[in-house]
Amino acid sequence: MAFEGLTERLQGAISKLKRKGKVSEADVKEVMREIRLALLEADVNFQVVKDFVKKVRKRAVGAAVLESLTPAQQIVKIVNDELTKVMGTEVVELNKAPKIPTIIMMVGLQGAGKTTTAGKLALKLKNEQQARPLLIAGDIYRPAAIDQLKILGENIKIPVFSLGTDVSPVEIVRQGLALAHEKKNDYVIIDTAGRLQIDEKLMDELAQIKELASPNEILLTVDAMTGQNAVDVAKGFNEQLDVTGVVLTKLDGDTRGGAALSIRAVTGKPIKFVGQGEKMTDLDTFYPDRMASRILGMGDMLTLIEKA
Amino acid sequence: SEETEKYDKGLEKSRKTFGDKLNELFANFRTVDEDFFDNLEETLIEADVGFDTAVRISDELKQEVKLKNVKSKAEVSRTIIEKLVNLYEEEGTDEDKELHFDEDAVTVFLFVGVNGVGKTTTIGKLAYRYKQEGRKVLLAAGDTFRAGATEQLVEWGRRVGVTVVRGPEKSDPASVVFDAIRKAKEENYDILLVDTAGRLQNKVNLMNELAKMSRVITRELPAAPQEILLALDATTGQNALTQAKQFKEVTKVTGIVLTKLDGTARGGIVLAIRNELHLPVKLVGLGEKMDDLRDFAPEEFVLGLFKGLLVEDEKTEG
Ligand SMILES: Nc1nc2c(ncn2[C@@H]2O[C@H](COP(=O)(O)OP(=O)(O)OP(=O)(O)O)[C@@H](O)[C@H]2O)c(=O)[nH]1
Ligand SMILES: Nc1nc2c(ncn2[C@@H]2O[C@H](COP(=O)(O)OP(=O)(O)OP(=O)(O)O)[C@@H](O)[C@H]2O)c(=O)[nH]1
Ligand SMILES: [Mg+2]
Ligand SMILES: [Mg+2]
Repeated sequence: MAFEGLTERLQGAISKLKRKGKVSEADVKEVMREIRLALLEADVNFQVVKDFVKKVRKRAVGAAVLESLTPAQQIVKIVNDELTKVMGTEVVELNKAPKIPTIIMMVGLQGAGKTTTAGKLALKLKNEQQARPLLIAGDIYRPAAIDQLKILGENIKIPVFSLGTDVSPVEIVRQGLALAHEKKNDYVIIDTAGRLQIDEKLMDELAQIKELASPNEILLTVDAMTGQNAVDVAKGFNEQLDVTGVVLTKLDGDTRGGAALSIRAVTGKPIKFVGQGEKMTDLDTFYPDRMASRILGMGDMLTLIEKA
Repeated sequence: SEETEKYDKGLEKSRKTFGDKLNELFANFRTVDEDFFDNLEETLIEADVGFDTAVRISDELKQEVKLKNVKSKAEVSRTIIEKLVNLYEEEGTDEDKELHFDEDAVTVFLFVGVNGVGKTTTIGKLAYRYKQEGRKVLLAAGDTFRAGATEQLVEWGRRVGVTVVRGPEKSDPASVVFDAIRKAKEENYDILLVDTAGRLQNKVNLMNELAKMSRVITRELPAAPQEILLALDATTGQNALTQAKQFKEVTKVTGIVLTKLDGTARGGIVLAIRNELHLPVKLVGLGEKMDDLRDFAPEEFVLGLFKGLLVEDEKTEG
C-alpha cells in the first residue's frame, strides 16, 4: 500500500523528537510537515489541511509543550485532539420528529450509495427500534432504480412506495407521505436520484421535495473514496439544501477516507453513519475518534502516543 | 461542432480550476521559497494529479530551480509547465488507446471496477455506439449480485434495442457469461459486452471471481476478451490508484474508462493515471445519457488543462 511509507516517515519524525529531550520550533515544523503530507495523501482537502496544520502548530509551539518532559507525546496528543475535534467529538443521533413520521431524505452524487443506504437504514431502525418504516422510490431517472429499491425492500421486508417513472418525484413523495400518515409509519425514507451539485434543474427538484416534505433529516451520502472534489460536493448540497447529516459509504475499502474530515470541516454537519459493506446489515453509527486515527493512517494514533 | 462543444463543456471546469489555480499561485508568490513549493504541491494535489506525482514534480522543480538559480516568475512558471507537459508525454509514448476487435469472431469486452463507478452505464452507452455503427451487439448481465443490477442492464438493452443475456438472481456470474458467449457464437454476434458486479479491490474472494470470469471467456474464445476495461470514477482521490493496481493484478486490464468527468472541476487524475499506472484512458463518461461517452483525446485534454496557463505565461513575459 502506498500509505505505509508515510506512516513510517511520520513515526520516524516523531521518534526523532522523542530522542531529543528538548524540542525546538524547527523540530515541530518538521513533524508538522509529515503530518501535512499524511493528511494530503489521505485526500483531506488542501485548504482544510492548511488550516488544521496551522492550528496544531500554534498549540504545539506553546511553551508548556516544548518544555514538558514528553514533548513528542504531547504533540501527537494535540494532533489527535484537534483531529477528533474537527471530526466532531461525539456520536450524533438521528433527528426524530416529535410526531410520527420522522422523514429522512437521501441525497448525493450518482453512485454514492443512497439507495443501498436507504435500505440499510430502514432495516437498522426496524431491528433496533422495532420501527415500521416506509421507503419511497423517488428516483425516476436511473434505469431500474425503482426495481433496485423494491428488491431491497422485499429482502428486508419493508414496504416500498412507488409510482413508476412517469410521475414526478415531488408527486411521488406527496402521495407516499399521505400513505405513511394513513398507515401510521413511524419513519419515511425517501430515495432520490443521484445528481451533480451543479445541476440546477435537479437540485431545484430536491428543494421542492424538501419544501413539500419538511424532512427531519437530509442525509448527504458521500463515497469515502472521494478526492479533493468532496469539498465542492458538500458545499454545493449544503448550501442548496442545508443538509442535516452525512453518511460515509464504502468504508470497507482500503481508503483512508480523508473526505470525511473535509466535509465535516467545510459544512460543520455531523457524520451520522458509515456504510461498511454491501449487505443490508452493513451500516454503523459513526465514531469520530476511530475515523481520526484512520485518516492519519497510523494503524492507531494511540499506539503512537504510547510509543512516543 | 456540437460534438467538440460538448467535450469542451465537460472539461471547462477542469480547465478553469487547474490553470487558474496555478496562475493564481504564480501571481501571488514573491520569492521562490519553501512556502512556494508547499503551495505548488497543494495546487497540484488539489487538481487530483495524485499525491506522488505532486510531490515528485515539486521536488524535481526544487532541484532545478536551485541548479539553474531560477528567480523570475516567468522562468519558474515556464519550468513547471514544461515539466508537466514533458512528464505527461514521456509517460505516454507507447500507450495504446485504441479499442481492439476481432473481425473474424465474437469480440468480447469485460467491464470491471469498484461499486457504483459507472460500469453498467458505460456498457449501455457503448452498446448504443456500436448499434449505431451497424454492429450486432449482445450484453451479458454478469452482475447477479446487486439488487436490480440485471434489471438495470435489461432496461439499457431495451432503450438501445439490443439483446441481454441474463441469469437468475444470485446465480454464478461465470455461467451467465458462458451462456452469453455460446449465444453470441451461435447467432453470429459481432460484439459481447460483459457487465460485472462492483467490488472493492481489497475483497480477495470477489477479485478471484473476476479472474475466473475472464478465464471462462478465454477458454470459450481464445482471442477474447479483447478489452478488459476498468471503470474509474473521476471524482475519486488517491484510492483510484490502488484500485487500478489491484485490478491489474488479477485481470489483464487493457484500459480505463474515466467516468463522471462532468462532475469534477479537476482533470489532474489523468496525469496521475498516466504517471503512476501506465494504463491508457480509452473512454470518458460525460453524463448519464446514452450519447455521453467519448473516446479520450489526450492531446485535447492536456492542451485544455494547460491552455490558460500558456497564455498567462506569455503575458508575464511580455
Ligand atoms: N462495498 C460497499 N459497497 C457499497 C456500500 N454502499 C453502497 N455500495 C455499493 O455501491 C454501489 C452504488 O450504490 P447505490 O445504492 O446504487 O448508489 P446510489 O447513490 O443510489 O446511486 P444512484 O441512484 O445511481 O445515484 C452499489 O454497488 C452498492 O452495492 C458500502 O458501504 N460498501
Ligand atoms: N454524471 C455522470 N453520472 C454517471 C456517469 N456514468 C455513470 N453515471 C451514473 O452513476 C451511477 C452509477 O452508475 P452504474 O453504471 O450503475 O455504476 P456501476 O459501476 O455499474 O455500479 P455497480 O454495478 O453498483 O457497481 C448511475 O446513477 C449512473 O447514471 C457519467 O459519466 N457522468
Ligand atoms: Mg439510487
Ligand atoms: Mg453495475
